[in-house]
Amino acid sequence: MDKLLEMKGISKSFYGTQALKDVNIKIEPGEIQAVCGENGAGKSTLMNIMTGILQPNEGEIIFEGEKLTNLDPRTAQEKGISIVHQELSLCPEVSVAENIFMGRVPEKKRGMVNFKEMRKEAEKVLKRLNLDIDVKQPLGKLGISEQQMVEIAKALSINAKILILDEPTSSLTESESQILFDNLLRLKKEGIAIFFISHRLKEIFQICDSFTVLRDGVHVGDGRVADVDPDDIVRMMVGRELDQAYPDKGTEVGQNILTVENISRKDEFENISFEVNEKEIVGLFGLIGAGRSEAMQTVFGINQPDSGKIKLFGKDITANNTRENIDQGLIYITEDRKEQGLFLDMDLNANVVAADLEQVSENSLVKKKKVKDIGSKFVDIMNTKYASLDQPVKSLSGGNQQKVLLAKWLAVDPRVLILDEPTRGIDVGAKFEIHTTLRELSNNGHAVMFISSELPEILGLSDRILIMHQGKLVGELDADTATEEEVMMYASGRKNDFEN
Amino acid sequence: MEGYKGMENTQNSSVLKKLFGLREASLALIIIVFAALLSFMAPGFLSTYNINTTLIGLSMDGILAVGMTLVLVVGGIDLSVGSVMAFANVLAGMTMVTLGLNIWLSVLISMVLSVLIGFSISQFITKIKLSPFITTLSMMSIGRGLAYIITKGSPVSIGQISETFDFIGGGKTFGIPNPGLILILLVIVMDFLMRNSKTFRKIYYVGSNEEAAKFSGINVNKTKIMVYILCSSLAGFAGILNLARFGVATPTVGTGAELRAIAGAVIGGASLTGGEGTVLGAFLGIILVGLVNNALVLLGVSVYWQQLVVGLVLLSAVIIDMKVHGSK
Repeated sequence: MDKLLEMKGISKSFYGTQALKDVNIKIEPGEIQAVCGENGAGKSTLMNIMTGILQPNEGEIIFEGEKLTNLDPRTAQEKGISIVHQELSLCPEVSVAENIFMGRVPEKKRGMVNFKEMRKEAEKVLKRLNLDIDVKQPLGKLGISEQQMVEIAKALSINAKILILDEPTSSLTESESQILFDNLLRLKKEGIAIFFISHRLKEIFQICDSFTVLRDGVHVGDGRVADVDPDDIVRMMVGRELDQAYPDKGTEVGQNILTVENISRKDEFENISFEVNEKEIVGLFGLIGAGRSEAMQTVFGINQPDSGKIKLFGKDITANNTRENIDQGLIYITEDRKEQGLFLDMDLNANVVAADLEQVSENSLVKKKKVKDIGSKFVDIMNTKYASLDQPVKSLSGGNQQKVLLAKWLAVDPRVLILDEPTRGIDVGAKFEIHTTLRELSNNGHAVMFISSELPEILGLSDRILIMHQGKLVGELDADTATEEEVMMYASGRKNDFEN
Repeated sequence: MEGYKGMENTQNSSVLKKLFGLREASLALIIIVFAALLSFMAPGFLSTYNINTTLIGLSMDGILAVGMTLVLVVGGIDLSVGSVMAFANVLAGMTMVTLGLNIWLSVLISMVLSVLIGFSISQFITKIKLSPFITTLSMMSIGRGLAYIITKGSPVSIGQISETFDFIGGGKTFGIPNPGLILILLVIVMDFLMRNSKTFRKIYYVGSNEEAAKFSGINVNKTKIMVYILCSSLAGFAGILNLARFGVATPTVGTGAELRAIAGAVIGGASLTGGEGTVLGAFLGIILVGLVNNALVLLGVSVYWQQLVVGLVLLSAVIIDMKVHGSK
């Protein structure tokens, strides 16, 4: 079959850093191609060149046999190259139909909007995605997965021939992901070519025909997915053998540190009880909406429980606020590093000391030297890659931002760590490092509890697994003997050990 | 890593950067060049009289700009400072004149009420979750309204009541007019606190990312309450200083001052989205605006041009800053 798009010898550098070097990539109509690589490997740069946002220093782009020079975003869109970004870029207050036709609203006479035409066309394109929703309602009324479909619909309505999906499943549940995949297969049949960027290898093997792997801006491999197994791709991505995907499990369990007894909060979760012991990693699994984050944030003191008790070292801390809990060694590391975790415009040091200004102060004055010492100590402990401690955190890659977030919390010297999706959206290498750090902390006597939506991570990292479903704790399993299927049975509500 | 070490070796720029931060240094440079030019073009510029009047003229705006900087850094805005200034001004004056209260008691009452205004603004913002813009826009109208009600709309002279009070507003210490000296001391203290105090550093965290501050165990509401109280208190203080200077309770005092304070703070590097800004920068911003106004007067340009020129200075400062930051 003819190639739809071919990019040859693409190179791009930013201020002396080579982001891409002599990269080749091509795609055929109806092909779903995975673009793999760790954070910072150059995936985004390549996609930005493909969509005309960035200009390459060298190389050529050939689309439908025609060489495109000085491609700009508008031309790329008109040619049919569309991207759906990881963070949705829609207007929640505006109707679904207007979102789909943003910037190209059909007009009547004298510049008035032709709503009838617009709604008809919007319904037509949503039908291609098997989506039956009221296009007059504000987009914000829809769930995240439906909003994402609307974004895809928007791309399709511009007559897309190539669709680029950047981490499309990072905020979807498994069943929502499945709906997305069904739609992608539908589009594939229509002959649309799809670049699929994901950190989840399982998805790549489920949906993609082919793959391209980038590492440090260099093309390190491509081929048919059917010809390789996940380990091959991981090896290409990290450039080394991963002897094992997860660190060794803990061997002994120490004394009890955190006890949660029957805490409830209206409309969020009810009667949650569990214990976390030192030298133990407890994994908390549940589908999105199961109330995991809400329960853990309540334990941390962001909210107060309506009823129930929380004890730390046997002492009742139910009424504690976050400050008191941090000072007593109980911390919660958010899943949302951009909104709730980091001060993106502030530098690394300022971020690391944010949760404990006390330890860098003398007589209520912040000492610059202490800030510098603590900052550099903990970003280095986390093996964070940076150019300068004065650079704003937003200039780091996702994995390194996550390390700064962890550094910030290790700097407060916690005893109990509750981590919410500690490895979401970060690359394999950084993920492994974070898992190793957590296991080391646990072995050194810390109590660790983490929330994850990834079954392999839950099974691989935990010693003990708790499962929530619709605001209730439904199961507790030993991670050594549990299987993915068993955990899913609980999480989907088909099994419940604690029902009255 | 290598690049960073290299940068540290370029002593000159890093020393300057440490002293002022890029924004303050370049602003100071602009002020010096501008003053030098002005001293050639208008011989009256360097006279003690002119310098003193200019300093007194900008000292009230400067005090407001210090408070405004705190509010802008925390991610808010306070449009009520000019009105609070007028309210405190006429309340202190009228309680002396009509109730015959002791002057210091009047000042105390006025300050306490300024604190209360700041506290109530902060309550609307933190508890009822109104936007700072709407809250302080309302307070701007309420404060000005109260000032008119108390004075029935016309200025009231308080006469010669206390030598100390007159001295604070009209006297000089070390040859510097007292209002100017007060402003300079205030800037030194507040700038130091904003850079070094544990409590004041939290303002930057809250302004940079409120949610993240909350999740880091920072008491966001407490920080905001402190900031709005400080801002209103400084506005009230400026009003009393104005009374001490002119001896007249004036309901129209501080009209439009909130915009000059915001302009000064923003020229000095404060960001309207929070997380950025320094007291020293705001001070320099106010000085630059004061100099430009003074230049127009000395060069015989009509006063009606002043506002227009200040607007242009503000626009250019923000655009230059965007270009410099954007190309980083």
